[in-house]
Amino acid sequence: MILTLLIALLFIGGLLAWFSERINPALPRWIALAVLAIELLLMLSLLSATPENGWLAAYNHAWLPRFGISLQFAVDGFSLLLLLLTAFLGIVAVGSAWSEITERAGFFYFNLLWTLAGVVGIFTALDLFLFFFFWEVMLIPMYFIIAIWGHENKFYAAKKFFIFTQVSGLIMLVSIVVLAWFHYLQFGFFSFAYQDLLNVGMNRSMEMWVMLGFFIGFATKLPSVPFHNWLPDAHSQAPSAGSIILAGVLLKTGAYGLVRFAVPLFPNAAAEFAPFAMTLAAISILYCAKVAFAQSDIKRLIAYTSVSHMGFVTLGVYAWNELALQGAVMTMLAHGLSSAALFMLAGALQHRIHTRNMHEMGGFWGRVPRMSAVALFFSIAALGMPGLGNFIGEFLALLGAFQANQVLTIISAFGLIFASVYSLWVIQKIFHGKYSDNAFDGSRLLDLDNREMAFYAAMMAGLVWMGVYPQSFLDLSAPTLQALLESQAGAAAVGALQP
Amino acid sequence: MTPLDYAGYTMSAGDLIPLLPLLAVTATSIWVMMAIGVKRNYPFVLGSTVAGLLLAALLAMRLLTGPAPEAAPLLTMDAYAQFFTVLICAAAVGVSLLSHNYWTEFDDQREEFFLLLSLATLGAIVLAGANHFASLLLGLETLSMSLYGMLAYPVHSKRKANSHALESAVKYLILSAVSTAMILFGVALIYAETGSLAFAGLGGLPAGPGVGFSVVALLLVSAGVAFKLSLFPFHIWTPDVYEGAPAPATAYLATIGKIVVFIVLLRVVVETRSLGIAPVVIVFSLLALLSIIAGNLLALLQDNIKRILAYSSIAHMGYLLIAIIAAFYAEGPISIEAVSFYLFAYVVMTLGAFGVVSLLSSDALERDGISDYQGLFWRRPWLAAAFTGMLLSLAGIPLTAGFIGKFYLVLAGVESGLWLLLAALVVGSGIGLYYYLRIVYRMLLPEPADAPELRQGNAAFAIVLVLFALLVLFGVYPASLMSLIQGIAL
Repeated sequence: MILTLLIALLFIGGLLAWFSERINPALPRWIALAVLAIELLLMLSLLSATPENGWLAAYNHAWLPRFGISLQFAVDGFSLLLLLLTAFLGIVAVGSAWSEITERAGFFYFNLLWTLAGVVGIFTALDLFLFFFFWEVMLIPMYFIIAIWGHENKFYAAKKFFIFTQVSGLIMLVSIVVLAWFHYLQFGFFSFAYQDLLNVGMNRSMEMWVMLGFFIGFATKLPSVPFHNWLPDAHSQAPSAGSIILAGVLLKTGAYGLVRFAVPLFPNAAAEFAPFAMTLAAISILYCAKVAFAQSDIKRLIAYTSVSHMGFVTLGVYAWNELALQGAVMTMLAHGLSSAALFMLAGALQHRIHTRNMHEMGGFWGRVPRMSAVALFFSIAALGMPGLGNFIGEFLALLGAFQANQVLTIISAFGLIFASVYSLWVIQKIFHGKYSDNAFDGSRLLDLDNREMAFYAAMMAGLVWMGVYPQSFLDLSAPTLQALLESQAGAAAVGALQP
Repeated sequence: MTPLDYAGYTMSAGDLIPLLPLLAVTATSIWVMMAIGVKRNYPFVLGSTVAGLLLAALLAMRLLTGPAPEAAPLLTMDAYAQFFTVLICAAAVGVSLLSHNYWTEFDDQREEFFLLLSLATLGAIVLAGANHFASLLLGLETLSMSLYGMLAYPVHSKRKANSHALESAVKYLILSAVSTAMILFGVALIYAETGSLAFAGLGGLPAGPGVGFSVVALLLVSAGVAFKLSLFPFHIWTPDVYEGAPAPATAYLATIGKIVVFIVLLRVVVETRSLGIAPVVIVFSLLALLSIIAGNLLALLQDNIKRILAYSSIAHMGYLLIAIIAAFYAEGPISIEAVSFYLFAYVVMTLGAFGVVSLLSSDALERDGISDYQGLFWRRPWLAAAFTGMLLSLAGIPLTAGFIGKFYLVLAGVESGLWLLLAALVVGSGIGLYYYLRIVYRMLLPEPADAPELRQGNAAFAIVLVLFALLVLFGVYPASLMSLIQGIAL
């Protein structure tokens, strides 16, 4: 019941926020904040739930009986971690939009909450039709966020985001339907339920095609080379709250899909495909790190580094052992926080000086010491400094991947070096060197205020916690990952991976 | 009453019951005609038309669940036909109310438009129940003849400076006549072979490989049908006719005018699928493929909403054809349910989209340029939200009925393994998004400073909102409609 409440609350809260604008233009953001705070509390209350059949909470109700489609929601430790990340970053996004979004604020928070409703639906849905439903539902509000409140090239970016994700989503829909159709052929009734579809057997080539459909859907959202093209545009054009949600949460839905669906549903095809997926991951890591280095637009740069970091997630998932999967999960969480913080910083800079061009910046340390220190912290976190969450994630992913494929792991490890290069380069470029305000109004370059600092402090605390005591996160996701690995499906994948 | 005797078939009074919706619409037409003859009273004519059509819809709804009637020689008013009768009549009511708004300041007689509208609906209902080539042609011609009048309706008006209505009607007249001729020739060949004009007689066509005769006959009929459905490459008339005609007439043509042809086509396909005539299926597949790709690509180039919707309807007819082709291969009911659901969704979303256009338009000024919609979101939020909903539904995005329809189509395609066509569906939807989003984006832009006043229209606005509600209702909870459709499958 609590799961339906989680989703319904966001949908209703969104409508409330929209209509409350007529009463008072400041009301929508308070409503959004309150809704997300309640969400976070509800999710925290699930932490203490006792698992039943591996699920901390579950809900099932018939929806479209004609095709065996039901409103089936369930949460385990793995999805709960991502839900917590979603609610937390939702609050951060509201905080970053607090003073930045002044026009049509009601509609903005409506879209924000509905996007998050779609994401929460994705992390909780266990019926594949329902999953796809939420997968698509979140696109429209995100489209509006980019298209209405975005920057100079917003329509192009919004359209590209929508078309990429929608087309890849349709390919996934075809795959879902094929899977359900095979279930019908084998068992004589329609079902889109995850547990039912796990039992479907297919011949080798069919399984590969259907798996590829899922992979394309998820790899586009993740994103992985060669489906990453939409991301730099969408991230750089979106308002900072939009970028935070995109980088922090939306990308994680792709990774979640890989772990939950793309591998377990097609163990043999996934095992066969693993070397290719890991190669794509290695290319993503290195290529996008290199491209990031060539950017002058600070948001585009962060966007490319996101693709690069998400490569470690793909690498970890397709290595398919516990270490690597734990690494992937930790990377998802840590990257969620660090990239959200970096986008928030970039947004704060742009809000102040109306430029994202790094060539016009320099020597900011003397002017905005707080902001500079915060930026340094998150850049160092992103480059994988031990003691912070990102290090744990990427290290575990590499450690696990090494057992599966040494060559690709060694190549991917160079990504850590590249990350140091571009991260430090950004710091060098913006905060050191000679200060000059030729390109912008220097009087507007104000330091972070206390409200902003509070949000950054919370994210810093999260990253330090993950870095110093990752066990509390690992314990939560371990049962899920072990169950996935132990299931017959997982075992087959591991067996086939190691020659 | 003495039973009528027709070719060995006896008809009793009880057999008239399934025909009640048809009779109601017939009575409405006669009533409206006589009312106009006695005294022109516009509110009365409008009221009678709407009441008559609503009555027909209610009667059909009531008959939908009753016992299946015996097939009469010309019409089978089974649950399938009754379901679509409800849909047709409801859509016709919608168009009537849209026209009321559209013709408010018209400087010519307005009443006959409603007479034409109810006559066209009569033809449409005949088509929904047609099981015989005679009734097929009868229905088709009744529908088309009335549509010529509706398309050219403002031709004597002095208010419309730049009128393309006549051009639109004449184009439709000529092409419709050509396609009817083709269908007739095909039917003649079928008759020569089987000696029967009933669809059931189609099973008697010589089957197997290399039967040129059946192939030619069926292809001629298919070509005629493709004209009516404006499938590529028989689509050239569509954008011009849509653009030139008054918006409510376009709405009628785009919804009822299209779906009735599909309703008949599905009946014919179900009768002939046992024949397994491969060339026909190949031609249909090609038509579907080309329509999806060409329709979507050509829509990209348009700046006029009616033309965009015209090209998008070409693509949608291609999507629907996937389910028809699936019905050729698969014995199961899924493809038939897919067509039924998609037709329902198609009527709702197309009528909604044209509803918005005709709400804002009048006979003096068609507001169909894409720039006319700039800033609509901030000027008329509900109207813009409804329009966005319709466009997203046409694009097949969840929370709308169009998504469930697309899901059905994918299911039907997967069942029959039509991978190439499914790929076209995916690619076509991707291209389609581009121009639907273009309209949405225009509505999101800040309103221009010199924007003229927007028309108000309570009746039309109510229709648009009802359609929007249906769109979301059947997009989120379509279970009831799904089981209804499952029950009516042929």
